Amino acid sequence: MKIRATAAIMECLLEQEVDTVFGYPGGTILNLYDELYNYKDKIHHVLTSHEQGASHAADGYARSTGKVGVCFATSGPGATNLTTGIATAYMDSSPVVFITCNVTEPLLGKDSFQEVDITGIAMPITKATYLVRDAQTIPDVMRQAFAVAATGRPGPVLIDFLKNVTAPSVEIDYEFVPWTENRKCGSLRSLAGSHDLKAPEPNIGDINTLVDMIAQSERPLLICGGGVVRGRADKEFKEFAEKLDAPVAITVMGGGGFPGGHPLTTGMIGMHGSQASNVACNECDLLIAVGCRFSDRVALQPDTFASQAKIVHIDIDRSEIDKNVLTDHHIIGSAKRVLALLNERLPRYSHPEWKEHILPLREPSRPRESETLTPKQVLETIRRLAPQDSIVATDVGQHQMWSIQHFHFDYPGQLLTSGGFGTMGFGLGAAIGAKVGNPEKVVIHTTGDGCFRMNCHELATVEHYRLPIITVVFNNGTLGMVRQWQHLIYRERYSETTLDRGPDFVKLAEAYGLKGFRATTMAEMEQAFSAALEAGCGCVIDCMLDMDEMVRPMVAGGAHITDFLLR
Amino acid sequence: MKQTISVLVENQAGVLNRITGLFSRRAFNIDSLAVGVTDDPTISRITIIVDSGNSVVEQVEKQLNKLIEVIKVRTIPEDKMIGRELVLLKVNATNKTRQDIMTICDIMGAKVDDISPNSLTLELSDTPDRIDTFEAMLRPFSILEVVRTGVIALQKGGGKI
Repeated sequence: MKIRATAAIMECLLEQEVDTVFGYPGGTILNLYDELYNYKDKIHHVLTSHEQGASHAADGYARSTGKVGVCFATSGPGATNLTTGIATAYMDSSPVVFITCNVTEPLLGKDSFQEVDITGIAMPITKATYLVRDAQTIPDVMRQAFAVAATGRPGPVLIDFLKNVTAPSVEIDYEFVPWTENRKCGSLRSLAGSHDLKAPEPNIGDINTLVDMIAQSERPLLICGGGVVRGRADKEFKEFAEKLDAPVAITVMGGGGFPGGHPLTTGMIGMHGSQASNVACNECDLLIAVGCRFSDRVALQPDTFASQAKIVHIDIDRSEIDKNVLTDHHIIGSAKRVLALLNERLPRYSHPEWKEHILPLREPSRPRESETLTPKQVLETIRRLAPQDSIVATDVGQHQMWSIQHFHFDYPGQLLTSGGFGTMGFGLGAAIGAKVGNPEKVVIHTTGDGCFRMNCHELATVEHYRLPIITVVFNNGTLGMVRQWQHLIYRERYSETTLDRGPDFVKLAEAYGLKGFRATTMAEMEQAFSAALEAGCGCVIDCMLDMDEMVRPMVAGGAHITDFLLR
Repeated sequence: MKQTISVLVENQAGVLNRITGLFSRRAFNIDSLAVGVTDDPTISRITIIVDSGNSVVEQVEKQLNKLIEVIKVRTIPEDKMIGRELVLLKVNATNKTRQDIMTICDIMGAKVDDISPNSLTLELSDTPDRIDTFEAMLRPFSILEVVRTGVIALQKGGGKI
């Protein structure tokens, strides 16, 4: 059947069951948006204030729903505005298909208006990039892009269409092929033969070796990494942890992979990890890391990391094995499949003495009695008043660490945070994506005054689509995390981190047509948050905090994991 | 340690960029790189020589395997490798020195491609080591220009990657 090339692009989105895209139109992508007009009943387009917001929204949508996110942008500055969002998705293995359009073929490579080599720019921050010059390849490229983004270790993919490819006069042969059948046609058929375009099947010998290693272990520790979240392997992980009866440390990306309030949880591990996690890591005799990549924020000092332990790495991506930390054993496969196979073979163990040694260390410090509002009081209030299944999107810095330390995340996709790339300004876009994808859930966006100022223009999107997102600003008038380093390591030389400036966030919220609240005490915070939950529209709560609050505990980068700079 | 990596890739625009990018982002240098199409015109073979430790090469090999455009990757062990490089070399040659240069060419099995009153352009295909020797022997005569292709390699025996 002959159809317009742009219609084929839309049909290919429908093949993948895409019903929501985020984006921003422009000159070269006009043809695509013109076609979208015909499809507006089937594909809901969310127009953001800035392409970066759209990229984070598509990412947040993907992380919270488990589906592939889709984001549109035009050429040149539209495309480069996506790059921070693409890199954020890449570092945290989030499946997003970015679609941009470029200038027409005769103008390509001539420094034409709004021309940029976005496939070249995006190369190191995507799983794959495609420059489409021949309209007939559209269905093949679209199907391949979605397959690559979603399978194996997920991640972003970029497709750049030349404008002439999308011209209304261009027609191509197209047959609708549901995504489940995609692998039987076109280039995917041959690729499936030469590449792991599916989760690799774990080796049973490797599984049995680990079962034997577990039998020898007296002090096992589990690390729940982002792979458990991306692979939606939370049930299998919980069963595994309970059968093994081992403490579970959770990485930033692993938040939601294992219930935060579970009696075996020792909390976060690494730079701002709990005493329990870090001490357990140092003293365990068997460390089983599932879907984690031993980043420099976890394995702060790779040579001494878990030095008494045999280290076992379970990961879907072979290139992660022995990359940062040398391991004693590994299993390649999806967390879900590997853990299910382990659970079938594992007897029930009990490690009372080891648990007795480690678990009491996780006792959180009590909130200080304070006249003024403290970060702990803010988080405590949110936890008490918000439904337990609320989605939390964070920005980056102190409030991020406090949020992850304090909230208990129970399911994959409940915590949306830029763990790998550490993107300030990620949170509001991600919250928008999460709310669009999960309209029934309460979505809370925690941020700092520095981060919020970076992308607060997305409040216009919050207002326009009537998304009742609650933004809680941890306003300490400083770039708190950088100040903390300056305080501890740079002899209190606070170079360019004091943010003694506007705007007034309450008035800003009101200017965008939203509700604004200011909280200076716990009572005001309670009032504001209760009102925000009832408001039915986007709200901003500006929480006034002391600038010298610090994230505790803390181990400096590159130091031994139990060498706490702060306790 | 020098290591030879042989990579089969799809013959498309941008593939070489992606592959060299994997090396440059880890800040290590490629000693030589040779690309050419195979018997199947949709597939190219890239031969890369790097001077690096085993763990680095292993890491790059794993990363290469993840690229969609990469079909196969293999590190070829030194003792199982046939590696050849082509050199074109222009050397100063007068009536006085021409005969001495020709003797070296005879010993090394090099060919004369061009001659002028004061120069000779020579061609030799051999292992990198022997090409180094050839170059060293000609240096006293004053080398004007050299170009080397970089090593191409295949595994010994009937097997293929």
